Order: sequence, then structure tokens, then C-alpha cells
Amino acid sequence: MAALGVVVSNPYEQQLLTIIGIHTLLALGLNMLMGYAGQISLGHAAFFGLGAYGTGILTTHFQWSPWASLPAVLVFAALSGYLIGRPILRLSGYYLAMGTLGLGIIVHVVFREWDTFTGGASGLVGIPPLTVGRLMVGLGRSGFFAVWGTVVLFFVLCGRVVDSRIGRALRALGDSPGAAAASGIHTAHLKAVIFSFSAVMAALAGYLYAHLLGFISPSSFDFLMSIRMVTMVVIGGMASIWGSLLGASVITLLPEWLHVFSDYEMMVYGLILMVVMIFLPEGLTRGVLDAVRRTRARTASS
Amino acid sequence: MSEFLQFLLSGITTGAIYGLIALGFNVLYNATDLINFAQGEFVMLGGLGFYTLGTVVGWPAAAAFAAAVCVVSLLGLLLERVALRPVKKPDPLTLIIITVGASIFLRGVAMRLWGKDPYSVAGLAASTEPVRLWGAALMPQSLWIVGIVVAFMTGLHLFGKRTLTGKAMEACAIHRNAAWILGIPSDRMVLLAFALSAGLGAVSGVIIAPITMCSYDMGTMLGLKGFCAAMLGGLGSHWGAALGGVLLGVLESLGVGYFSSGIKDAVAFLVLLVILIVRPAGLLGASAVKRF
Amino acid sequence: MAAAAAVLGLVVGPKAAFCAEPYKIGGVFSITGSSSFLGDPEKKSLEMAVEEINAQGGIDGRPVEAVIYDTEGDPTKAVLAVNKLISKDNVLAIIGPSLTPTTLAVMPIVERVQVPLISCAAGIQIVEPVKPYVFKTAQSDVLAVAAIYKHMQKHGIKKIGILTVTNAFGVSGRDQLVKQAPDYGIQIVKEEAYGAGDTDMTAQLTKIKGENPDAVVCWGTNPGPAVVAKNMRQLGFSVPLYQSHGVASPKFIELAGEAAEGIRLPTGKILVADLLPDTDPQKAVLKKYIADFNQRYGGGVSGFGGYAYDAMHILAKAMKGTGGDKAKIRDNLEKIANHVGISGIFTMTPQDHNGLGPEAFVMVEIRNGTWKLLD
Repeated sequence: MAALGVVVSNPYEQQLLTIIGIHTLLALGLNMLMGYAGQISLGHAAFFGLGAYGTGILTTHFQWSPWASLPAVLVFAALSGYLIGRPILRLSGYYLAMGTLGLGIIVHVVFREWDTFTGGASGLVGIPPLTVGRLMVGLGRSGFFAVWGTVVLFFVLCGRVVDSRIGRALRALGDSPGAAAASGIHTAHLKAVIFSFSAVMAALAGYLYAHLLGFISPSSFDFLMSIRMVTMVVIGGMASIWGSLLGASVITLLPEWLHVFSDYEMMVYGLILMVVMIFLPEGLTRGVLDAVRRTRARTASS
Repeated sequence: MSEFLQFLLSGITTGAIYGLIALGFNVLYNATDLINFAQGEFVMLGGLGFYTLGTVVGWPAAAAFAAAVCVVSLLGLLLERVALRPVKKPDPLTLIIITVGASIFLRGVAMRLWGKDPYSVAGLAASTEPVRLWGAALMPQSLWIVGIVVAFMTGLHLFGKRTLTGKAMEACAIHRNAAWILGIPSDRMVLLAFALSAGLGAVSGVIIAPITMCSYDMGTMLGLKGFCAAMLGGLGSHWGAALGGVLLGVLESLGVGYFSSGIKDAVAFLVLLVILIVRPAGLLGASAVKRF
Repeated sequence: MAAAAAVLGLVVGPKAAFCAEPYKIGGVFSITGSSSFLGDPEKKSLEMAVEEINAQGGIDGRPVEAVIYDTEGDPTKAVLAVNKLISKDNVLAIIGPSLTPTTLAVMPIVERVQVPLISCAAGIQIVEPVKPYVFKTAQSDVLAVAAIYKHMQKHGIKKIGILTVTNAFGVSGRDQLVKQAPDYGIQIVKEEAYGAGDTDMTAQLTKIKGENPDAVVCWGTNPGPAVVAKNMRQLGFSVPLYQSHGVASPKFIELAGEAAEGIRLPTGKILVADLLPDTDPQKAVLKKYIADFNQRYGGGVSGFGGYAYDAMHILAKAMKGTGGDKAKIRDNLEKIANHVGISGIFTMTPQDHNGLGPEAFVMVEIRNGTWKLLD
């Protein structure tokens, strides 16, 4: 990735890769919740938005420095994630899906209606960029490295979590909640913790997004964005850290590739979702690996 | 007082719409334990199909109605066959994503066929004059909607309890393999359920169209709120669907009337969240919550 | 590359003027998504304008080439698209976006890179305060509200209720309605809002009716305002209803049906081109645009498309003699005077990057299912 950052000099392509990085953070966080802990969230764009609006409001209305708003936003996300997670994760299946969906919509309405702080439907302008000394982190090479640096950090972090005791407890939870509870895992607490963790990651992505773009509006954090996030996780492959990268890349690049069929874009997008889910429900990562393994087995036996 | 009554009546109208859509969700859920996120799109296709056949092609209303419903029911069958039957590991998340994909696909098709404009359709009622009750107004079309919801509810209830096919469908929901062993053609039951729920969606679309005006994207919010209503009343319960729908509509209307209009969508989902936390089975659902 | 083209141009001469390298300009519109009723005609009008210009020999003998991207109404995509136009396609100027939020998102970029932008969005914040490289051709809601209030003042309307949609267009309209009311002696007795996808506004209208206003103003785009019109009939709420220019299209009459009767709204002159007196300077331009658009696309003429059409022709005027120098283009844009366009007559100045006056709007009333020009 770093090599890519140096090689790709076209600002447009740099930007695209940076956006992919932000989406990867989102997908990774959600994957921890959905893939490893086995929970569903159809409203996670809410935390993405909370991070973006949180820092946006603090830095524009209250003149905080972006560096000060970072811990504030993350702590807020962690707390709200835990406090919301405890009650809502008592549900499961369609009920959980619906509950998180409702949460997402409520938060979106707040972004849109609380216009004294959020700027309402027209959006929040004038968000200052991050500055490191005299270097301004904008939507170019500096932004690219800032975002991808964070992504790499979290890749490592998540990898550690998955392999740790917490990770094993998580996977036990995902595979069989009953057995997990029986073996002494405090399931409610753990579920809320992982919900909180994924909320923090989404909020962090929102923070970066707000400072890189300098402008945010509620339409970027709506129900469709939540669905996009879920799709990234699912298509990339659940419980696969690299899958998050693949899923985020595919979903971000898809509108670019499909642009040739601009009028048919929606149809093709839906079709791809269905086809991938029907034939490769483990996501593309697993699907590709399986296909490779099968061809290798075939050539070995022949 | 008449203001409150007006809010109530408007709420009941919208509520009946949500209830009708919720019935569609229930029919499918009762037979298959599935939730079809594309249900809203079936509503939309019903409405737009009725518009094309009735207004553009010029068929008489009854024929256009019947044809639109049939075509959409077939679409439901197609969805089951093509998109859901081949799935190897049918866990809820996969199925949710597939039906979400289907809903996006159908929306894209509708956008190609009908463009992005909204369309107006004539109603079932002979006159467009509202009925006045104690200073509040109620549209005749709304009375039709309420009437049709009640009719379908009763019909579905009887179907489930009195007819062999209906009972067979419910058996499939309880345990598909056991039902199959007992000789019930569960595959065909599932197909029937899909056709029925899609058809019901189409009927909703045709009935709603005169009030809401159809466009290619009307399905999303309607589907979500219909689903909300189904959950509110208790997934799987027909009376619950109607109750949930009316409750949702009235709460929304009162929220707009006494608080502020911007928060309307939030009201619906806030109520849902409260119900889910406090009584997840919904108002009329069984106490055991997870069916799958 | 440029040298070869120059030599070729010199050698082949004026007969093959189109061997010269084209001027590339960019377009970003909400071609798909919920605001496609703006972006779609804007894209088509831009393409039509480019063809017209090229048919007349291009600009200074060089053809114009338009590269158009879809924002889907999403600010993130708008930012990506604008950056693509600037760094990948190397355009000289950009026309669009269609919406206020998307325009606000891309303004810092064009200012930093110094590429002229002519937006087709309605929000007044786009040109107030003035940014050197940002212009717009769409009439501001400032003028629309002024037109409505002027008409109300003439007819002695003092108390009004307003019902606005909860998106950028509605909020901007609401802000203007509130801001200008005192200037015309008008008091807003009730403010309500509705969602773009809502199907029933009787609750809000009931609240407004309770305050006994002399008139109601509804600010939104189809189909909401049509529902509002119908709801008012249902409630027996018979005070005059004013709509915004967002519904200045035959579609609105089709949707509202009988309830459309008597509704008044401000509109760009394109809607009533045939009803204008022959002395109106815009009439000829309007009729030609309508005829050409209908012939090329088979219908769907709207004032929205006019924004992009005007933008392209203004841009073409500004590009003459600049040889593609963006700073010079920008300077020329500020000097545009009395350009007769679809949306009005444009005179830009360093302080006014919209360039339109009150004549950009006329008030009309719907009678017998068609438009009637009010004076």
C-alpha cells in the first residue's frame, strides 16, 4: 500500500484510494461485530456520522483543535456504543436487524433536523483540516498516508484481538451463544464491548472523512450507507480481516467501473449483490481461495 | 378537539397502508421464516404496473388491477426460484443481503422502465370528495383501504385456520422437513407463499397509488415502515399487522401534530426501538421471540 | 503534442478547423438518484449547447468537448468527480453541480485549484459571499420568494403559513421566506415541514389552518407539493396556495389534478414562453431552446435544463480570446453583460456572480389545467 501511495501520483486516483481506506476502516470495524461476534447491524452509518459530525461541530462551532476533538469523539463513540449495545444486543436475528436499522434512521434524522449545530440538510461547511506542524493533511498524498496508516494500525490491532482470549471468546459467542454463556463468558458484556469497539472504528473513519473533505452532509450517513457497509463486509468475507479490504475496494470502485452503464448502474449493483451472495456467500476472499484450492487439487490429481 | 380527530384520521389512513404492507411480510414469514426486504418494491411495481396498464395502455381498471397483481406475483415466484432456492447456506444475514440486492435491482429496473417521474392514478372511490366527521376530513379512498385491510386479514386468517393449503403452509413454517415427511409438498408451499406475499404487496400498491402517487423509489420507506408495523404488532400475527400499522400511523401523525414535522420518520423507529427492548415479540406476538 | 497540433493547424488551415485540439470542459450533475429531475435535463442541455457551439465553428475555431460525470446527488461523489475532471481530464472549467450541498462540497477545491465553476444550484450561499471562481446560473430562491411576496403584498395578504420540505432546497426556501417577510409586511403565523417522501401532510396543514392564515406557501419539489395541494382540498382549507419554482413543470399539474386549480407560483419564463409578449427579449431564445430540445430529445423541457444551457453559452462567450487561460476565463465571466438566456438576462459583476434580477421570475396561476401569466 505504501508503495502504491508513492507510485500513484494522479490526485484523483490518490483520493479514490484514500476513500477506499476510509471504507476499509468502516468494513473492518463492522466485520468484528458481524463476522466474529455474529451480530447484525443495519444502522452502523450512525457511528460513522457521529464521528464526522462530532468533530465537525467541535471544530467549527466551538473552535476546538482537531487534535483535541479526536479523543473526545472516540470516547463518546465508545461510551455510546456500549450503552446502546447492552440493551439492543439482547435481540437477535431480524429483531436486531430492525432495531439497529431504526437506530440508524433516528440518528440520521437528528443530523438532518438539529440544524443549529449540524447545518441541517445543506450540510456543515468549513471543517478545518488536520495539521501536523506546518503540514496540512488534505485529500492528496498526505491524506492517503494518514488514512492508510490508521488502517494498517487497526489491521494489526484487530489481528491481535482475534487471536487473543477476547477473540476466542468472541468467536465462541458467534458460533454458539448458548455454549459461550455456559462456559462462563459474560455474553452481554462482551457483545456490548465489541459493539462499542466497532462504533469507535466507525467514528474514527468519520473523523478522518470530515477533516479530509472539509464538508459533510446528512446524506452521506443514511440508511443506504449502512447497507453499503454491510455489503462490504459480506462481499469481502465475514470474519476475514483482509476481506474487509477487498469488500471496501469492490464496493467503492464498483460505481466507477459501472459508470459506463450509468442508467443501468442500479440494476447491475443489485444483480451483483444477489449473485455474489447466492454463489459465494462466504464472500469473495473465501470464494477466490476456494476456487484456487480446487483448481490446484484438480491439477494435482490429473 | 377537531384537530386531534384530524390527526387521528390521517394517522389511521397511513396506518392502514402500513398494515396492508405488513400483511405481505407476515404471509411470507408465516410460511417460510423469511423476511423479504424487497417487499416494498413489489408494492411499487404493483402501483406502477397498474398505472401503465390502466392509464397508458388503456385497460379497464379491474383488468389492469388483476393483471398487475398477477405479474407481480409471478415476480415473487421468480425471486424465490432464482435468488433464494439456490442458496446453499441460508442464514439470516445472507438472505437479508440477497433480498436487499433484489430490492435495489428491482428499483433499477423500475427506473429504466418508468423513469424518475412520479405518476398519478385515479382512485377506486367514485368521488374525490372527503367525508366530514365532526370537523375532520376522511378521504373515501382511505375507507376503501381500511376495508380492504380488514377483508384480507379475515381472509388470511380463515385461509390459515380453515383450508388445508393454509394449514399446510403453517406446518411448513413450523418445521419444513417434518412437513415434507408428512407428505406436504413444502417446496410448492414456499412458492405459494412467495406468490401470495408478492401479490399482496401489489394489491397494496394499486390501492395506495391514488393517495401517494407512484414513483420508482416509493418502495424503500414504505417497505421499511410496513416491516416496522409488522414487528410492532408481532411478526406473523395478522391482527398484529393491522394493529401495528394503525398504531404506527397514528403515532406518526400525532408526533407531527404535537411535536415537530421533521422528526416524523424518527418517531416510527423510536417507538419500534422501545417495543423491541421492552417487548420484542410485539404487541400480539407469542412470548417466545426467536423463531429461527 | 501541442506543437504537432499547432503545425497541423497551420498547415491544414481554416477548412479543417476541427483538427485543432478541443477545449475540454467538465460537467457534474445529479443524473441519477433522487434529484435526477435536475441532473438529467441539465446533462442533455449541456450536450445540446456544445453541439450548437461546435456547429457554428466552436470557440475561436476550436471545438468544445464536454466530459460529464454523475454525482448521484452525493457530496462525496461530487468531490471525486470534480477532482477527476481537474486532474484526469484537465478541463478548463466546470458546469454544475445540480444541488446546493454538492456545490458547497466542491467549492473549496475549485477555489484552491483555480478552475472556474458555474453551478446550477439554487442556494444563495453559493455566491454570497462571493468566491472568485464560483458562479451560478440558477435563479436564487431570494428572487423567487421576492416574487411571491410582491404578489401577496399587492393582494393584501398579511398572515401566512409555510410548509417546507426537509431537504436543502426546502430549508433554503424557508430561510428566505422568514428573512424577507418583514420587508413586505407579512407575518408568518405557522412554520411546518414535511419529508420528501411523505404521502400525507394533513397533520401539518391542520396545524396551519388552526392559525387562520390568509395564504399558504409550500416549498418543495414533486410529488410532495401535489400531495399538499390535494390535502388542502380535503381539509376544506380554501385560502390561496403559493408554490415554489420547484414545481414549475407540467408534471405538477398532472399530479395535482383538480387540486392544482388556482395555485400561484413563480417560474422562469420558459414555462410560459408562448404567453409572453413578443417584445420580451427572452422570447426568441426560449422558443428556439424549447423547439431544439423537443426535437432532439422528444420532450421533457424544463427550466432546470436551462441552467446548464445558459452556463455553457456564457462560458463560451467568456472563453473567446483566452486561449484556454483559466484566470482570463474567470475574469471574462465577471464581465458578461446582458446575456439573454433561458433563466433570465445575465449581467455578472465582481460582486454578483449570479447576475440575475427580478425579471428572472414571473408569477403564474394555474387555470383550467394550464398556466396563466399574472401581472
